[in-house]
Formats: sequence, C-alpha cells, structure tokens
Amino acid sequence: MLRIPCPFCGPRDHAEFSYEGDASVTYPPLDAPEEAWFEAVFLRENPRGPAEELWHHLYGCRAHLIVERDTLTHEITGARFANPAIRAALSGGEA
Amino acid sequence: MQRYNALSVLWGGLTGQKNWQPVWGRPQPKSAYDVIIVGGGGHGLATAYYLAKVHKVRRVAVIEKGWLGGGNAGRNTTIVRSNYGIEGNTEFYEHSLKLWENLSHELNYNVMFSQRAHVNLVFSPGHRDMTARKYNIMRLNGIDGEYWDRDTLRRRIPHLDFEGRFPPLGAYVQPRAGTARHDAVNWGFARAATALGVDIIQGCEVTGFVREDGAIVGVEAVQGGREYTIRAEKVGLAVAGHTSVLAHKAGLGKLPIETHKLQAYVSEPIKPFLDCVLVYGGVGHFYISQSDKGGMVYGGHLDMYPSYAQRGNLPIYEDVAACCMAVLPALGRVKLLRQWAGVMDMSMDGSPFITITDIPGLYLNAGWCYGGFKATPGSGYCFAHTIAHDAPHWANARLTLSRYREGRLIDEETTGPTPKLH
Repeated sequence: MLRIPCPFCGPRDHAEFSYEGDASVTYPPLDAPEEAWFEAVFLRENPRGPAEELWHHLYGCRAHLIVERDTLTHEITGARFANPAIRAALSGGEA
Repeated sequence: MQRYNALSVLWGGLTGQKNWQPVWGRPQPKSAYDVIIVGGGGHGLATAYYLAKVHKVRRVAVIEKGWLGGGNAGRNTTIVRSNYGIEGNTEFYEHSLKLWENLSHELNYNVMFSQRAHVNLVFSPGHRDMTARKYNIMRLNGIDGEYWDRDTLRRRIPHLDFEGRFPPLGAYVQPRAGTARHDAVNWGFARAATALGVDIIQGCEVTGFVREDGAIVGVEAVQGGREYTIRAEKVGLAVAGHTSVLAHKAGLGKLPIETHKLQAYVSEPIKPFLDCVLVYGGVGHFYISQSDKGGMVYGGHLDMYPSYAQRGNLPIYEDVAACCMAVLPALGRVKLLRQWAGVMDMSMDGSPFITITDIPGLYLNAGWCYGGFKATPGSGYCFAHTIAHDAPHWANARLTLSRYREGRLIDEETTGPTPKLH
C-alpha cells in the first residue's frame, strides 16, 4: 500500500485515491492549434523515476492533489493541493 | 539444430538424458548486423525468427538487457484469443491466432498451445446484448464465437456459482482460444532463431543509438561492463513496458503510452477443476485458467497507477480475490502460491502499434497493454514484415502511431485516452 500524505486528511492509503494522470500536462487554450491539443491529450513523458501526478482523494476530502512520486521506487516525497486557490485558502496565505 | 521428436525423447530417457544440446549460445556482439532487435522477449525473438525465416535476412541480433523470458513474456496469464470487435484488432489478432495454431510444428518445439475455449460470462440481458454484438462482428469477420446459455454453462463449468445474488446468465465463447506455455514460446522462438543464424545477446543493455545524417545506424550497448558500438542498417524496438525510456534515447520523444503494472497469481496445484479460460468481465474484472501442473492462474485489473516496478500491490489482490469468490466460491480455501507483476505499455486507445517511425532506420513495436502474450507470433510476423519491407503487413496496417493524430483510434473498450482503463 502506498501512503499518500494528503495535506487536508493526513497520511492515507492509496486505495482511498484515484490516479488521474500526469500533473505536468497543461491543457492549451480552446483555440490553440490542433497540434497542441494532440500533444496534451495523447502524448506523455512517462518518466521512469521522479514524477508529478494528479491524484483525486475520492474516498477522503475529495480534493485533487499533485503528488510527487517515484515511478520506479514508489517513494512519495510530497503532496499539495492541485488547485492553487484551495492551497491559498487553507494555508491562509498566497497560492 | 537437433530436431526433437518422440523417439529423441524416448532415447534421452533411456540414456540418462545425455543427448540434449544447448539450443542457443552466448555470442559476443559483432560489430555490425543487418537488423538489431532490442528486447529479447517473445515479440523480439519472434521478430528475429520471422526476419530470418520469411525475409531471409542473414545477420540479425536480438539484444536483451536481462535474460530471455525474464520480462513480460514470463509474467502473464498465458491466454491466447482473438475475440476483438474493431478493425485493426480483428485482423491482427486472428492472424496471430492462426500462427499459434501451427506454432509447435513451425518451431519443432511444443509450445503446449491448448485450444480449450475462452468463456466470457454475461450477467444481465444488457450485458448479453452488448457482448452479442461483438461476437456477431467477430463471426462476420470469420472468427469463431458462440453463445452458451445457462444450462450449457452449468454443464460445462459446474463449479460456477449459480445461486449467488447475480448468477451468470450465459457466456460468449471463443472455442479456438486457449492457453500456451509462456516459457516454451520464448525458448521455441529462441531455439529456432538461433538455428537460422540469429545472435541472441543476453545481459546486454542498449544505452544509446548511433546516428548518421538523422538516421539511426546502430546502438551503443553495455555487456558485463564492456561498451560496444554495434552498427545495423535497421533497429527495431520491442521493449514493451520500457518503450518510453528507449524512445526518449532514440529521439522519438513523447509517445501515447503510460507504463502501468499488472499482477498475476498462481495458486497451489489442485486436481482438474477448470478446463477452459474463464472471464468475469464487465461487472468485475477477473480471468482464470488452470495450468497443466494444476495451479489456478488468474489476474484482474492493473494496479491503477503508473509504475516501472515489477512488483504488485495488495488492494488489487483483494479485488481479484473478491471477484474469484463471486464466480468460483469453491476456490475460497485454495492457497495462493506465487504472485508477480509485469510492466505494460498502456497505450492511449488500448491497442498496440507496429510501425515505421519518423526516424529512418528505427522501427517500433509497442503499446501492448494487457494483450502482449497472445500477440507474440503475430507481432513478430508483422514487425519482421514491416522492418524488411519498410511497409506494414496487411494485418498491422492499421496499427500505426499516426492514428492518434488522425483520429483513427482503435479503442476496443471505448474508455477514451485514459491508459489505466484499457
């Protein structure tokens, strides 16, 4: 079992979460050229080693998190809210 | 090559088993080949065999980082089938199944291909109708498929739970599907390829590629601490699971792949219990067959997060065990003997690619998702054809890499560009 340190709930089993994809992918503007959309939808870095991933705390606080995880060793080195506004609101400071 | 037959087995038994010869050697890498295949799994070995056999390519090398059959070729549930419903998959997997049917004779090696039927349970009228559509498509494509109603199912698989809350309604069956002995497939291809002059170089890791004028003309490799530069007119990658790692080194850049791990399990051996491949899909996800040694071989979903670690995690085992209890509760007290995991190229539409690339001299065989084992001979056959002719065989013409850009996805599960769901 992986243990993901949810910034709201604390460390929780990964079975409470759903992996949602590579967090380094950013979607282009709607009117961006097709090539940009092709890359965002279909192409992946697929790293063997440290990665930033989007995880949904489905059976917990339901927040989306960016988890720093190694895809080879499974070591998890950090987790933060994916939404900067939530990050700011809960820390009482800047995003 | 020493040919095997019943007499040689008998003779070996009577003479202390001293008549057997090594079937592949430990060749040193030569300085140049016509074709280098990176990856000595089933697909790589099959490709080398068909390159030498069908296309008469003389100097072929297979370069393997570990040992033969140590990757996914030795980490699967050995199921062979061609029950696909979408163009691209139908012709390819049926072509592969036809090669399986003659593979033991072709290789003079018993791959223990057993056409024991693949039984796909259905649990509701909607589930039945959806599956009927696929099996009707298969039949229109010349692939065998039939329906077993509940009475037939009760007779054929008496251990199924018909008293549970959601008992099976029936099953769609591909009688020509079945299982094969995974190691025998690798060893059979390796032996037959060696006999045709292919160099199988184990313990040799490809660390880079040799480039000239934008083309790839060889590989850099390390074996036992020694560095080699091996030139080749053509280099083919058959390294599913680690495709992205080598694709980055080759300059192909990002691919429509996420690497996930899939577990498989085998129980302690028991008496004959199940004489087909049983699949519980749609509601749960579970597939099971019985090996010739008696072990129940089974698997389920991916671990659901990207990983290059060849080890599984327990939550999925719980899910798989629950599925098992839902359909075959008689297995509840059977002990798990071994568990293992392999890493898969999960592609963006759940289908593979066997294709030329934008880089001259580089060919790609990847994206096998769950389906690599059954594809072994077909994949090798089509990849060899693609490499030899710089154009696809008719059976892999649709398995291109450009289909994502062109919107021609081969999405059998209709789950969209979400690799973990295929």
